[in-house]
Amino acid sequence: MRALVADDDRQVSASPETAPAIRLEAVSKVFGRGADAVVALDRLDLTVEVGSFVCLVGASGCGKSTLLNIVAGLDAPTSGTVQIDGGRPTLIFQEAALFPWLTAAENVELALRLRGVPRRQRGGAVADLLELVHLSGFAAKRPHELSGGMRQRVALARALAQEARILLLDEPFGALDAITRDLLHEELERIWRDAGLTILFVTHNVREAVRLGQRVVLLSSRPGRAVAEFPVVIAGERRIESPEVSALAITIGEQLSEQVRRHATR
Amino acid sequence: MRLVRALPEAATADRLGTELAGLDTLEVPRLRRRPRLRRVVAAAWPKVVALLIALGLWQLVFLSGWKPAWLLPSPLTVFGELWQQLIAGDLLAAVGVTLRRAAVGFGLAIVVGGVIGILVVRSKTLRAAVGSLITGLQTMPSIAWFPLAILLFQLSDTAILFVVVLGAAPAIANGLISGVDHVPPLLLRAGRVLGATGPANYRHVILPAALPASVAGLKQGWAFAWRSLMAGELLVLIPGQTSVGAQLQFSREFSDAAGLMAMMIVILLIGIVVDVVVFSSLERSIRARRGLVDAT
Repeated sequence: MRALVADDDRQVSASPETAPAIRLEAVSKVFGRGADAVVALDRLDLTVEVGSFVCLVGASGCGKSTLLNIVAGLDAPTSGTVQIDGGRPTLIFQEAALFPWLTAAENVELALRLRGVPRRQRGGAVADLLELVHLSGFAAKRPHELSGGMRQRVALARALAQEARILLLDEPFGALDAITRDLLHEELERIWRDAGLTILFVTHNVREAVRLGQRVVLLSSRPGRAVAEFPVVIAGERRIESPEVSALAITIGEQLSEQVRRHATR
Repeated sequence: MRLVRALPEAATADRLGTELAGLDTLEVPRLRRRPRLRRVVAAAWPKVVALLIALGLWQLVFLSGWKPAWLLPSPLTVFGELWQQLIAGDLLAAVGVTLRRAAVGFGLAIVVGGVIGILVVRSKTLRAAVGSLITGLQTMPSIAWFPLAILLFQLSDTAILFVVVLGAAPAIANGLISGVDHVPPLLLRAGRVLGATGPANYRHVILPAALPASVAGLKQGWAFAWRSLMAGELLVLIPGQTSVGAQLQFSREFSDAAGLMAMMIVILLIGIVVDVVVFSSLERSIRARRGLVDAT
């Protein structure tokens, strides 16, 4: 667990000599073949530095989930190179994807068990992880007894149990109410900083991207391609209502609308 | 994993923790279960009333004199006969033999059905080869197997068990197969992200996810096993051996309607008790644990 980084350091990018955590070069993914082929990703380039928080925004059909699957190693690109440094990334889905037959604690424990952590060490580790996401009191609850936000926190604890250095999130807060989402933004930011993770966060929500990311990458749709990048330079604590967040979100949102308009058929 | 934080950070974390805790309390529904006795009574009384109505209708038909009393005895006579047989010990001996056969036959069917199910799930070729055959076997009336079973194994326990296993195993295999087929893809992806591969994937993800459908298959398998067993005991009479089916057959031969109906009640009761006490409650508790039904 890395030492704490002060708030103002968040914009400082990693030193040039460190290898990026994720490097995609000219990654393409085509589903199907011949006339029916769908190009999900088209020669996409993306670099995510170690310890950074990068958000991807794009409309439907920008191949966000395909991209995350490729980075997570669940799918292979049709062409291009994928370099991951720092071990196998872990992935958090829009729905929590907890196993419904296990309690919150058992879900977290399974991640430890599949990693080969001996039984005696698991109990303490599970308790610590649940405490980290403020769910100590709900260890014995099953997923259906928890709210959507609590389920996502269990999923976060489960992902942290894998001790992956790279965390991929696929619209993790899309289905949550605004109050819960705002709190989980703070929670995720805190854990990212405390644990020194590298985060690649995918969302439809431009404000959410600006609220969280050090850098926002805009993807085009059909085919998915990185069309623009926006560094988020906002000093101090940010909230989703901050005027600086809104200002940048408007700029990015305009470009996103442009991407969407290209697909209008007349 | 406890973290040392700088002071302002600690304050933020505390506020965040408190805020989350407040939200959690608001969002988690507080369930109050009704007292156990109340729940049992609420579940039982409609059944009791239905049973009383059925017995009342039977009594009415008896009183109408539609059939002579020695062909269609009254409920009281039949239950009296049942009581007599229970005291004499004949009934317990017969039920003992039948239940032993049911347990052995159903146990074998679980093993055979389970192994076939796992093999079919794991191999695409095998599924193409025998997948539809398993469903076909399930629709085959098990009584049609008896002539062959008797030829192969004569009038023996083996002949009965053979047909019981053939009757129940396809349903059990099918339950397992459909359970595995319907595992939500999201859970499979989650398993892969967690690094569950090979046998660990089956043990921790696929089989637990397939459990509800598998139990439904077991339940159906039990119904088939019980029917096959009764058919077998009526057809395969082993000299000198009693059983529920054999008693039923003897009663018919002696035109002992009260004895016959007493035995039918026993067959019905065993079927219901196993279904309700074993399978339905198992199914319900599995579904309740996963939030698929209201637990109250």
